[in-house]
Amino acid sequence: MKLSLDWLRDWVDCGLAPAELGARLTMAGFELESVTPAAPAFAGVVTARILAAERHPRADKLQVCRVDAGQGGEPLQIVCGAPNARAGLITVLAQVGARLPNDVAIRAAKLRGVESAGMLCSARELGLSETHEGILELPADTPIGQDLRELMRLDDTVLELNVTPNRGDAMSVLGLAREVAALTGRPLRSPAGAAAPTTTAATFPVRLDAAQACPRFLGRVIDGIDNRRASPLWLRERLRRSGVRAISPVVDVTNYVLLELGQPMHAYDHDRLQQSIHVRHANEGEPLELLDGRRVELTSNMLVIADAAGPVGLAGIMGGARSAVQDTTTRVFLEAAYFAPQAIAGRARRLGLSTDASQRFERGVDPRIGQRAMERATELLVAIAGGEPGPIVVTEEAGLLPVRTAVPLRRERLQRLLGTLPDDGVIERLLQGLGMTVVRDEQGFTVTPPSHRFDIAIEPDLIEEVARLIGYDTIPEAAPTRTQNLRPRSETAIDEQRVLDALAARGYHEIVSFAFVDPALQQRLYPQLEGATLANPIASDLAVMRLSLWPGLLRAIRENQHRQQDRLRICEHGVVFQPGTDGVREVTMLAAAFTGPRLPEQWGAARETTDFYDLKGDLEAVLASTGRAAAFSFIASTHPCLHPGRTARVLRDGQPVGWLGELHPELVAALDLTYAPQLFELEYNIALRVEVPAYTEVSRFPRVRRDLALLVDEALPFSAIRERVTSVAAGLLKDLRVFDVYRGAGIEPGRKSIALGLIFQDNSRTLTDEDIARLMAAIRDDLSASVKARIRE
Amino acid sequence: MDDLPALTRAALDEVAASATLAALDEVRVRWLGKKGALTEQLKSLGALAPAERPAAGARINEAKGQVQVALDARRTALERAAVEAALQAGRLDVSLPGRGETRGAIHPVTRTRLRIEAIFREAGFDVATGPEIEDDFHNFEALNIPADHPARAMHDTFYFPDGRLLRTHTSPVQIRAMRGAQMPLAIIAPGRVYRCDYDVTHTPMFHQIEGLLVDRHVNFGNLKSVLHQFLEAFFERDLQMRLRPSYFPFTEPSAEVDMSCVFCSGAGCRVCKHTGWLEIAGCGMVHPNVFRACDVDPEIWTGYAFGMGIERLAMLRYGVNDLRLFFENDLRFLRQFEAS
Repeated sequence: MKLSLDWLRDWVDCGLAPAELGARLTMAGFELESVTPAAPAFAGVVTARILAAERHPRADKLQVCRVDAGQGGEPLQIVCGAPNARAGLITVLAQVGARLPNDVAIRAAKLRGVESAGMLCSARELGLSETHEGILELPADTPIGQDLRELMRLDDTVLELNVTPNRGDAMSVLGLAREVAALTGRPLRSPAGAAAPTTTAATFPVRLDAAQACPRFLGRVIDGIDNRRASPLWLRERLRRSGVRAISPVVDVTNYVLLELGQPMHAYDHDRLQQSIHVRHANEGEPLELLDGRRVELTSNMLVIADAAGPVGLAGIMGGARSAVQDTTTRVFLEAAYFAPQAIAGRARRLGLSTDASQRFERGVDPRIGQRAMERATELLVAIAGGEPGPIVVTEEAGLLPVRTAVPLRRERLQRLLGTLPDDGVIERLLQGLGMTVVRDEQGFTVTPPSHRFDIAIEPDLIEEVARLIGYDTIPEAAPTRTQNLRPRSETAIDEQRVLDALAARGYHEIVSFAFVDPALQQRLYPQLEGATLANPIASDLAVMRLSLWPGLLRAIRENQHRQQDRLRICEHGVVFQPGTDGVREVTMLAAAFTGPRLPEQWGAARETTDFYDLKGDLEAVLASTGRAAAFSFIASTHPCLHPGRTARVLRDGQPVGWLGELHPELVAALDLTYAPQLFELEYNIALRVEVPAYTEVSRFPRVRRDLALLVDEALPFSAIRERVTSVAAGLLKDLRVFDVYRGAGIEPGRKSIALGLIFQDNSRTLTDEDIARLMAAIRDDLSASVKARIRE
Repeated sequence: MDDLPALTRAALDEVAASATLAALDEVRVRWLGKKGALTEQLKSLGALAPAERPAAGARINEAKGQVQVALDARRTALERAAVEAALQAGRLDVSLPGRGETRGAIHPVTRTRLRIEAIFREAGFDVATGPEIEDDFHNFEALNIPADHPARAMHDTFYFPDGRLLRTHTSPVQIRAMRGAQMPLAIIAPGRVYRCDYDVTHTPMFHQIEGLLVDRHVNFGNLKSVLHQFLEAFFERDLQMRLRPSYFPFTEPSAEVDMSCVFCSGAGCRVCKHTGWLEIAGCGMVHPNVFRACDVDPEIWTGYAFGMGIERLAMLRYGVNDLRLFFENDLRFLRQFEAS
């Protein structure tokens, strides 16, 4: 909200400099956003009358004017390019020696051979407007030779304040003046003149068909106005400083009253209204053309002002086009109504509208301000555009008007909530300063807020008012007294920091990507699953919730590849949104991707491309941190977005907990990736659950190693061999290493050679050569029989 | 008997002339071996008169001893030279880079969140979480933001066709934590939140951290204290803090929290728009309607709540000047957070 301090001064003289006032309001909850002068610096500009204007002898677009600037003597000769320069016009003259904004100095000059003793100015040249509409036109009764800054009271400052949604009452000069008065203890003044006498009996009938939503409607007919006149300079200036454009006397006056008193008003062209006005709910689908030309379709929870022919306005939001006031309007019907916030809130937003009126009504307008607003509007309108006011007709359901109920304020609660307790007298004075009625009682006070304070309903609301006015700064910081509270520290909970640190130590950079992804990409990765789709996505490629962290990782790989970073180890930790039995299931995942060369380019290692086993090694390292590495197994499987021969389901104790594999070559090509990424994804909370270490005895007897080379079918997984060896060796096998896998020369096609290192050890004795020979023979026999292995000697 | 001194001299000369251990060994065999020239001298003793034999034997042994000492000395010298040469040959360029993988990093937002969590955990707060797809009740209604409330305009909400939504703040975790829990309660709730807004200073997903403490006698002074301590703990420096009255439907009284600018210490700079203050959090005392929505009696319990943007804290801590960098996942950006 923009607040002109000149306007504020009509209501309260706070005696504070603009910055100081801004700081006080900020600390009272009205955050100062900017302080700007009402006009940029300029000097030497005075009002002047054009006595004559003739064409410049040597330039079509220039005129040579004779101008009276009120100094007596000969009129000044001024060359002017504005098409609206004409004899009789009162405008403004930057005299020789004047300084205009941006340090433009005015000197006597010759324009195409004709002397010019100054410059006639437009509003834009004075920094008063953005648009260029010729030189300034002032009313005919403006005195000549007067300094423009004085005439327009331009030495004013505009504060832009942020008013929170609970303080609809402060969205007006009066509302902020009340705050300033309460903060400074200065008296509130009332600048309004005397009520205009009623000079006609004309009225217009009003009926309240939805009295819950509109319990009060003030109407007044004003006959015989001249809406072609221009509003006076001072009024136009105040509107401008509040960010409102002047249009016509009727519109300007209603806007002025809204800004000053916070009561939105509407003026109808009386002669275009039919029979009577009803305030009612709209019919479903009822059309209405608004003032701004927009056509909207209404719903039955919207409130309209209608006449016999249908809606003429969207109550509390915007008037309709059919009854809009025009230049030629001579008879107006003024409305100052009270609409309940519940009847207005959200309606404008649903239609894509936000108006000064709707903002105020949905926050709450003082139900008692209507009369004053109507008087003020009448006084101004009659003064500007003439006219004969009829009586103010109040149509109301008094029982439905909001009532401010008394709220108790207990000292004990004040102390308990704030940690400090001001004196009774201070509390009383502060609340009374806000217009509240305060009655002392046993426990504290009973407080009745004024009609405009919609936000005061319960005790904490009053406590906030007290805190706000004594200043949050005065409430001392208070650390709670220390209590001893040692709590169990879980050792089985997954330590996120450690998981991510372990990955970082292996070269992974954690990424954070948006949880909504490109539907097209996700569809390619998971063709048979349906992700949760947003109704209002911010962009079409951020429209569906991720089913997996892989779309985000792949996007990051692609974008980094565009930035010439093609060796990437990245990981992400976060929820994915999978279809569940009742709606979406949120599952926390840990995923990683590895693409490009195995190692950063270096002198001491060959350049090789990453493969499946690189990422598997990293994955195994992560899984080892569960303390149960042996619980995990990997079985060949298929996944729609992975290479069918390079895909593993990750199992923990036989239960699936994740996937590991190489991106399908078709997707590598479709995404235009240089290298095939290796990917894994784990169900974080299940896969990484930690077990508390439990000691098992360490053998004091020597280990024995025997090597074994096997020829087996290509398709036979190592896991089958391990399973057999482990089973035959019973508890004596302490470790089983694969130290070579070989295919090619010397090995028949379709077979592979696997070399194993077997480590034996017993906990109770030294194994003899005979023990080992027996074990090895049993293992060889078993492998020959069970997996058709040939032992290479 | 040959001329013993001449032989000895010849032997010593050969020892001295041996350039390798192998050559030295040949010299040893030639002179001191079983058939070595000096050893052979002992065989000539038989030709001498018995009375002369001891003296002659002693002379020969002395000569042998002299040559042996020379041999040992020469061997030690040659061995040392061989080691020297091997070391010389094994010299490395220590300035070449080491072999293997380089380090990765935790994302700055996670890093900041974990840091905040650690600070609050030490003070006795538990970490609570909640779903990111929320319903209207938890995200708005229970937080005293009924339908059509003007405050909803401040939350540009993402919706699903069935009316559920992406949470616009971490405050619904307050509701989930309080419902059915035993008071007192002290939690922080970090997490992803979503608003339909995307420009220089907004991303449609970002991170917040929410704090909630409920007990019998929690007051506004405690709230000021915890926030001030947190900010000083997080930034590891003394800071000024001020609370400004503000409005949130779920707290009463409510406040915005400003801290003195960490870049100019309050003198005024571009980052703080020359005000000396940085807006850093919103906070307040839990609204009785929120307590009631969670079946907590506001006459018995009071509480404070606060919320902060994690990216904002990360930007101020690490000097990051563009919010969007956090979600572009540019390796050149991520690499800057490798310190741990």
